[in-house]
Amino acid sequence: MHRYANPTRFLKIARVATPIVALLGLALTAAGLWIGLFASPPDYQQGESVRIMYVHVPAAWLGAGGYMSLAIASATALIWRHPLATIAARAIAPAGAAFTAICLVSGSLWGKPTWGTYWVWDARLTSMLVLLFLYLGYLALSASEAEKGGEQRGAAILALVGVINLPIIKYSVEWWNTLHQGSSISVANASSKIAPELLTPLLLSVAGFSFLFGAIVLMRMRAMLAWARVDARSRRMAEALA
Amino acid sequence: MKAKHQRLWLVVGALVALGGAGALAFSTLGEKATYFYAPSDLKKGPAPTAAIRLGGMVEKGSIQREGATVRFVVTDMAQTVPVTYTGILPDLFREGQGVIAEGKIDPATGQFQAETILAKHDESYMPPEVAGAMKKTGSVSAGS
Repeated sequence: MHRYANPTRFLKIARVATPIVALLGLALTAAGLWIGLFASPPDYQQGESVRIMYVHVPAAWLGAGGYMSLAIASATALIWRHPLATIAARAIAPAGAAFTAICLVSGSLWGKPTWGTYWVWDARLTSMLVLLFLYLGYLALSASEAEKGGEQRGAAILALVGVINLPIIKYSVEWWNTLHQGSSISVANASSKIAPELLTPLLLSVAGFSFLFGAIVLMRMRAMLAWARVDARSRRMAEALA
Repeated sequence: MKAKHQRLWLVVGALVALGGAGALAFSTLGEKATYFYAPSDLKKGPAPTAAIRLGGMVEKGSIQREGATVRFVVTDMAQTVPVTYTGILPDLFREGQGVIAEGKIDPATGQFQAETILAKHDESYMPPEVAGAMKKTGSVSAGS
């Protein structure tokens, strides 16, 4: 895996991949949201408010999936000391936090017309809020460790400890009575309780958001590597002048 | 053993310990983290005097309106609890759909006096035409 550890090699691949991933993300998101918001039927119970799903579900998926990738990157940094892993983790965290926040806000706006409330402290909503706090904790800790120039081991350990929250989010609607409904889609059984007319835009927008997430992470990683080079070069120049 | 293998086992061991701690916390937390009680949960013990949340399905044909007051029966298909509520109901409050009522049980009448009503919907989403067609064949309840 250290074949890709060389930042120069990574940058070469990332330079080509970023626009492709970003364009795929934009195209799929546009298609998913267009069909979802304008060219798909309303729900038999909720009417038009079901369209919030096409933003809420992809955001929730990336909030949780982003945390999984943050944890994998952190484990890679801790165990194999992979030089790109810490950069990847720091690139993932703000994007994951943003999608988690979008999930919470869109869910709150969806809750009012359907459930009759913006917020309740049930197991699903609370565990998703904890996920946002885990991201914010990671961001604060990694920023302070980066300032000190350390290896950011504390932040990586925090990211790994937080993994315990992911199964809690997933199974909260089964383990406890919650206001939030159970899962509509089961990957294990390859079954869905969402009609195909509504499922198509949902899957398109999930794919689109995912590619956009990937593009954001690639762009952030490239920017962070560029900053590291600028820092190194100005240090060398300062030394040469001294 | 190489240093990176040591670190690998350390991380794996820490995660296993963390999972164990989580499982212990989960078993202690148990029902305390539940958002509402089903009618069957209430029938198990003595009637609680504190404010609680009651959740289940609105029994079909049980809704009676008297002005702003509405009476209905919450069921979990095993037990039922009669509920009284005065106020504005959420749009998705319907017969045969999920509901969560916050309030107290009146010890004199056994009626559940709700202060707040929340609608709980299930995980099925479909266009109205499909629901209409399925209602005809009796495979789904499309509400009132």
